[in-house]
Amino acid sequence: MKLHVNGKDHEVSVPEEMPLLWVLRDVLGLTGTKFGCGMALCGACTVHLDGQALRSCVTPVSEVIGRKITTIEGLDASGSHPVQRAWGELDVVQCGYCQPGQIMAAAALLKVVPKPSDEQIDNALSGNLCRCGTYQRIRAAVHRAADLTGPGGRS
Amino acid sequence: MSRNPLSRREFLVRSAAVSSGLVIGFTFPSTVRRALAQEAPKAPLKVDPNAFIRIGPDDTVTILLKHSEMGQGISTSLPMAVAEELECDWRKVRFEHAPADLVYAHTAFGIQMTGGSTSTWESFDQLRTAGAMARQMLITAAAKQWKVPASECRAEKGFVIHGNQKLRYGQIASAAAALPAPSQVKLKDPKDWKLLGKPTHRLDSAAKITGKAEFGMDVRRPGMLVALVARSPYFGGTAKGFRAEKAKAIPGVVDVVKIPSGVAVLAEHFWAARLGRDALEIDWDPGSFAGHNTAAQREEYRRLLRTAGTVAATKGDAEAALTRAAKTLEAEYEVPYLAHAMMEPLNATAEVTSGKCEIWTGTQFQTGDQAAAAKIAGLKPEQVKVNTTFLGGGFGRRANPNNDFVSEAVHLAVATRKPVKVVWTREDDIRGGYYRPMWVSRLRAGLDANGRLTAWAHTIVGQSILAGTPFSGMIKNGVDETSVEGAADSPYLAAISDHRVDLHSPKLPVPVLWWRSVGHTHTAFEVESFLDELAQAAKKDPVALRRELLPEHSRHRRVLDLAAEKFGWGRPLPAGHAAGIAVHSSFGSYVAQAAEISLDKDRIRVHRVVCAVDCGPVVNPDGVVAQMQGGIVFGLSAALYGQITFKDGRVEQSNFHDYPLVRLLEMPKVEVHIVQSTEKMGGIGEPGVPPVAPAVANAVFALTGKRLRSLPLKLA
Repeated sequence: MKLHVNGKDHEVSVPEEMPLLWVLRDVLGLTGTKFGCGMALCGACTVHLDGQALRSCVTPVSEVIGRKITTIEGLDASGSHPVQRAWGELDVVQCGYCQPGQIMAAAALLKVVPKPSDEQIDNALSGNLCRCGTYQRIRAAVHRAADLTGPGGRS
Repeated sequence: MSRNPLSRREFLVRSAAVSSGLVIGFTFPSTVRRALAQEAPKAPLKVDPNAFIRIGPDDTVTILLKHSEMGQGISTSLPMAVAEELECDWRKVRFEHAPADLVYAHTAFGIQMTGGSTSTWESFDQLRTAGAMARQMLITAAAKQWKVPASECRAEKGFVIHGNQKLRYGQIASAAAALPAPSQVKLKDPKDWKLLGKPTHRLDSAAKITGKAEFGMDVRRPGMLVALVARSPYFGGTAKGFRAEKAKAIPGVVDVVKIPSGVAVLAEHFWAARLGRDALEIDWDPGSFAGHNTAAQREEYRRLLRTAGTVAATKGDAEAALTRAAKTLEAEYEVPYLAHAMMEPLNATAEVTSGKCEIWTGTQFQTGDQAAAAKIAGLKPEQVKVNTTFLGGGFGRRANPNNDFVSEAVHLAVATRKPVKVVWTREDDIRGGYYRPMWVSRLRAGLDANGRLTAWAHTIVGQSILAGTPFSGMIKNGVDETSVEGAADSPYLAAISDHRVDLHSPKLPVPVLWWRSVGHTHTAFEVESFLDELAQAAKKDPVALRRELLPEHSRHRRVLDLAAEKFGWGRPLPAGHAAGIAVHSSFGSYVAQAAEISLDKDRIRVHRVVCAVDCGPVVNPDGVVAQMQGGIVFGLSAALYGQITFKDGRVEQSNFHDYPLVRLLEMPKVEVHIVQSTEKMGGIGEPGVPPVAPAVANAVFALTGKRLRSLPLKLA
């Protein structure tokens, strides 16, 4: 099977029903995408599939063959996507384990809704749990990321 | 570059130096005080700067963290303490987790561990001293090179300066290392602090927002197997026998091995291990827990409530005073077992080769895990290297005196002679025990004819966390202080002439453990809810009653007043909204929270929480704010949702659908106000948790007239 991840093609030999999460983590060594629940309940495993947020822990790898997969490692070559910059400015992270998923969900939202309201942010990111309770800063950082993103998209 | 902090190759400071009296001036939180009495070293605290600071030729300053970064922010606050005295360039400061070594022992507990909200205060003087010693040695080295008196030189932002000449720290680090360490150094007056007390960006942020931060779950070793363990669904149960044929037939499954905690399936990757474990056929002997039900446990606990327990605090004669009282009040409270549910499920990687064991994990208990691994592998503790990764949350679960997740990995590494990563699934985590204990309690109070509080009796029933662990020595006169903290030392008791707090510690096979803020998770709910009941009985405002009972200049009173003022206590709220308040101290800090709520049918909506905190001198104000915000969310999940229950011996919950956590759309607006304080420094990771449940419960009463006495709070 050929997987297209972060702009590169990878040939993998795994069972078709193996969730994308474990192919990324255990086969390709892309460990930035996290395992939290295995049931699409926490959002720690969020990646982009053709630009849209996807729960990789319940997505069989066979469903994403030939499609464009982006993980936290591929969101921005220098780690300075507006969402990442906003996260840094506002010191959002605590333990940090859920944050790649939060950041991927936020980046997917901003592609569709460049200036989201609190309600739009809440709706888009409420599937992403944070046990440390960084929610208030997450909400503020999504607004900040929207500001950092120029009117034409990426700043 | 050497990764050994004790190596002499790249170090700065050579020898250990002794600075006496470093812990004088601290009043330890009660449990720590007990621990100190038990095993405090008699010798003065030793400071070995070499163990904490490395300066590279490129001027990079690496601070070795004796504590584990689990979100609480010590990877920023501890380097700040060093850097303040070292006078280095903050932009060049990095950190690494220290290896397991007693040089990193907790100054109060004597073992290397992270817990009890102690990290910053327990190492604050030690780390500042290390920084000051290193600075002094750098100055001396530069002065020698210039042949000028050291007293004419100063250190600033990573340079030693004399007149017009400057030397970078990186240029003189090795010369400094050849010098004797100063026997005594003078620490800065807090008014001269440049870094401490200023909001400072987290040093771990960049790694965590790019996916580069390595958690235990992310560890990969050449030839490593991933293991999932099938553990008994009944606490205390055992595997009588098992059939592994179907498991072994799964592609990728390499082996099936029985270990003390269950039956492990080892595979090339998680997914195969997971399928393999599902395919195991195990015959469980449930043991004595098979018929256990939460309802029956509750009844037994309630029966105990009506018998005298072991006295934890007493003055006068509470029973006689209750009989004499003009009016008495009585209420029973209950909180359930809770799982920690860190976002990163438990895991550990171990590799055993001849004469050596290496462990990679996110742990709060380095030297304990090291000792446990040594025992299993038949090695000495110094032959076990512990690599502490980032912790994807800890909350106490990764500080296990039984070393459960590390032991499993070592057993499997010994059995297979291969690197093995044991991974727990979310279901394993929720059902795996080591819970916050279930507690029930009964409170009785007597009021005189003027509504003044004259009698108080508080009986508590719940399992001891310390019993049967290496910490059992902390149980004094039959009382595990972690069971009664916040109740036996309640600030209200001083004003009540006759009072008693007593405790029953029933033994059950359910493993229990410290859960962020430990005993305070239940005592704050009980005491602060009951105080509100008393206010109502005495027809007094809840804030006014607390102000009457708390000494005027107390830290409790100060945070209560500040929270009430910033909240606008007493001012009208929107229709359908109501407010509740609670104040509680834990781990040396004082926190008051006022909550504004409304109801959406039977659902409690928390709109706003105003929090005031006095933790003494503040290291990183933004870190304090973050811990209050996070503690409130953690406490809210317990207030609104969390419960672990048993039916026929099995845990009923399994994942986030039936063990829900607060989500973004439920996040109240949290305001944090920090009291400017020169009082003793306290902890900050836990004290934000206890007040929120009673504050919300009190608000529910204010809104509905319904007194909710059990958690999670449910109106229907």
